Amino acid sequence: MNLKLLVWRQKGPQAPGRMVEYPAPDVSPDMSFLEMLDVVNEGLIRKGEDPIAFDSDCREGICGMCSLVVNGVPHGPDRAATVCQLHMRRFHDGETIVVEPWRAAAFPVVKDLIVDRSAFDRIVAAGGYNTVKAGGAPDGNSILIPKDQAEQAMDAAQCIGCGACVAACKNASAALFVSAKVQHLASVPQGQPERYRRVRAMIAQLDREGFGSCSNEGECEAVCPKQIPIANIAAMNRDYVRAMMPGPLALALGGITEAFEDD
Amino acid sequence: MNLDPHIPSGPLAEKWHRHQFECKLVNPANRRRYTIIIVGTGLAGAAAAAALGELGYNVLSFCIQDSPRRAHSIAAQGVINAAKNYSNDGDSIWRLFYDTIKGGDYRAREANVHRLAQVSVDIIDHCVAQGVPFAREYGGLLDNRSFGGAQVSRTFYCRGQTGQQLLLGAYQSMMCQVNRGTVKVFSRREMLDLVVAEGRARGIVVRNLTTGELECYEGHAVLLATGGYGNAWYLSTNAVNSNVTAAYRCHRRGAGFANPCFAQIHPTCIPMSGDHQSKLTLMSESLRNDGRVWVPKTQGDRRKPAEIPEAERDYFLERKYPSFGNLVPRDVASRNAKEVCDDGRGVGDSGLSVYLDFSDSIQRLGRNAIEEKYGNLFHMYQKITDENPYESPMRIYPAIHYTMGGLWVDYNLMSTIPGLHVLGEANFSDHGANRLGASALMQGLADGYFVIPTTVAHYLAGIPQARLSTDHEAFRDVSAAVQARLDRMLRISGSRTPRQFHRELGRILWDQAGMSRNEAGLKDALARIPKLREEFWQDVRVPGEANNLNQSLEYAGRVADYLEFGELIARDALERRESCGGHFREESQTPDNEAMRDDAHFQHAAVWEYTGEGKTPNFHKEPLVFENVTPTQRSYA
Repeated sequence: MNLKLLVWRQKGPQAPGRMVEYPAPDVSPDMSFLEMLDVVNEGLIRKGEDPIAFDSDCREGICGMCSLVVNGVPHGPDRAATVCQLHMRRFHDGETIVVEPWRAAAFPVVKDLIVDRSAFDRIVAAGGYNTVKAGGAPDGNSILIPKDQAEQAMDAAQCIGCGACVAACKNASAALFVSAKVQHLASVPQGQPERYRRVRAMIAQLDREGFGSCSNEGECEAVCPKQIPIANIAAMNRDYVRAMMPGPLALALGGITEAFEDD
Repeated sequence: MNLDPHIPSGPLAEKWHRHQFECKLVNPANRRRYTIIIVGTGLAGAAAAAALGELGYNVLSFCIQDSPRRAHSIAAQGVINAAKNYSNDGDSIWRLFYDTIKGGDYRAREANVHRLAQVSVDIIDHCVAQGVPFAREYGGLLDNRSFGGAQVSRTFYCRGQTGQQLLLGAYQSMMCQVNRGTVKVFSRREMLDLVVAEGRARGIVVRNLTTGELECYEGHAVLLATGGYGNAWYLSTNAVNSNVTAAYRCHRRGAGFANPCFAQIHPTCIPMSGDHQSKLTLMSESLRNDGRVWVPKTQGDRRKPAEIPEAERDYFLERKYPSFGNLVPRDVASRNAKEVCDDGRGVGDSGLSVYLDFSDSIQRLGRNAIEEKYGNLFHMYQKITDENPYESPMRIYPAIHYTMGGLWVDYNLMSTIPGLHVLGEANFSDHGANRLGASALMQGLADGYFVIPTTVAHYLAGIPQARLSTDHEAFRDVSAAVQARLDRMLRISGSRTPRQFHRELGRILWDQAGMSRNEAGLKDALARIPKLREEFWQDVRVPGEANNLNQSLEYAGRVADYLEFGELIARDALERRESCGGHFREESQTPDNEAMRDDAHFQHAAVWEYTGEGKTPNFHKEPLVFENVTPTQRSYA
């Protein structure tokens, strides 16, 4: 196949960017989208031009590093797949493909198609964990977890932290990402001691990073390569409301006994 | 080169506990005065960063990805071993130890492997406390699966994403320490050299991949957890950015490299579709439970599989190994697939694949049963190849998957450079010549959570607390050398891309130092690799500059190191004139073509000492002593 690419090129975070057209000749339908870009880049290098910078690592859909908006859709046209799992047979000869980076103020462009997602790390650092030290844990079977509860935790825990949810949202909200972690840990008994502190701390950091608010549009769920449902956001909001209520009321409604001395 | 493994005295089962008591300690109030550099944030690196941060050390953590959560451990689909005996089927620490030593074909250290089996039980407990959502039974207990031919059910799993969940657990614990100020994360940094001052590892030089600047970091100890070197073969199941540079640069600074020729080749990968291929995708080998492997009997038979009658098919594994059939071990299955392809009977456009046929199983069990078992794998296969494995056989081919070799370490995980510790796949210690399924995740976490906190304290307690300025000449010299090398690559401005050199090296290694090796082939590789390296330094083309984000430059540096390291792989494979585990020397086989060990001459770890660019490295041996198990020869005939 012969294709035409329109690619966002931007030298650095401060530099202005623009769309640049590249031919992609002799594309095999068996190539993955990223392999097609590899081949285009090989041609650019041989011509002495600066190759297109883009992130990728595992190339099997689990590391969350690849992050391209293809024809306006984060990770491209396939459902439940990252762009590294997208194959060129999805396109037809002569087609023009538009390739852009994630677009969100909280994900500034580093170069070309590479963005800075360190905001996600800071959100996790704010509270996305159980505070447990190596060495002190009781036997793994000492607390029973019903099978469906473990499965529910796993459903949420699958998030790969790619940021497509943010890129797809017109508000650039990271609610789906945060809610996946909040709900993963809220679904297991080991996550209960810090349940409300966690949701407060993570949402506070979310706001500090400049992500927008969730207005329940659902684009995030549609593009999520792991198909994490927005029901997680509703559940997170419920926990957040309980966490923000004054003590006696919260106690009456849900039995929150944690004291919040931090944040 | 001092290769004293420092194995503690006493009976095998008591060595680790005795050692824990005998190791020196660092007072809790003093720990923050020690800075520990950890390179890599996979299972071993992230676990170490979390555990050492929890203890109160000052930890600096580095990764090449944009976030520590993306290290390649995340892609491990499988399962993790632990000797819990929750299944009541006779498992024990001793049995896990024995299986691991035997699986490694008696080329690992008894004491290390026993310790690994001992701490395996603590790993599961800790991960559960972190919130890792392991699969459960209806009653709420942890579920176990049997795996990889083990006779007991000792593996724990999170659907097909066990590595992901274990890594996220470690990452979250590490980020908790970031919040508490004990761990600092430096992402998008690539370690390009080690700084050794006054005989000790004291720091690293990294390239900030965003700005291109070289940065120096100083610490009292350096922990390398940078994974394996499977990408030396160009195509592997590794992530595209996984590389040998950090480990190889340490080797050049004096760290012995052990058993570089020990690589694991996985038989059930999706074959390559063309020159554009950037990586290979693994499919679970559980597929071999219900699939039958075959190729046409005649060479160059280009008919569609359905048009080839039963009598003209060669089910070569069933024919050659009637008792094990399609379930022979990974290396045997891989080698036989290569043999039939070399014989011109491979299938697919490239002729480099064999059929894995489910039609008999579908007929016997029904399509639904097969879909229930393998639905996700069939879906993945169809997505990548556009072929429907319910209707026509899958095509599979072996691929490099894991590397057992690595930097030599003693029982304390310390390399031959004092202060440089090596964890996880980057070291050589626990898997011998062949890694047992479900043991990679276990080893990474064992090293990080439970071994290094004890052994690094022992090291730190014995050295001065004084800091070293990054203005010290040791940093200046190394940093200048790194910069000069980057500038040199940019100046060549030749005609071939780094990828072309990498692909060519991969072809040499795959052909001559892959599944099946012989003296003539290895000598050919040893002649061709230096030539290719020379061409690289004359003709490579790296666009752009060093002072900004330049992915071509990053890649070129890694390829340059593969071009030196590839030679070491071939040299090691040539030196080991026996077959063992994943290393098959054609000269050393039984009459029925099985791998034949030569314990009299090769019961040792082969350790290589760097002697200078283009010079033959010095060869050393660490003899392996078996006091608790008796090496046996395996047979599948």
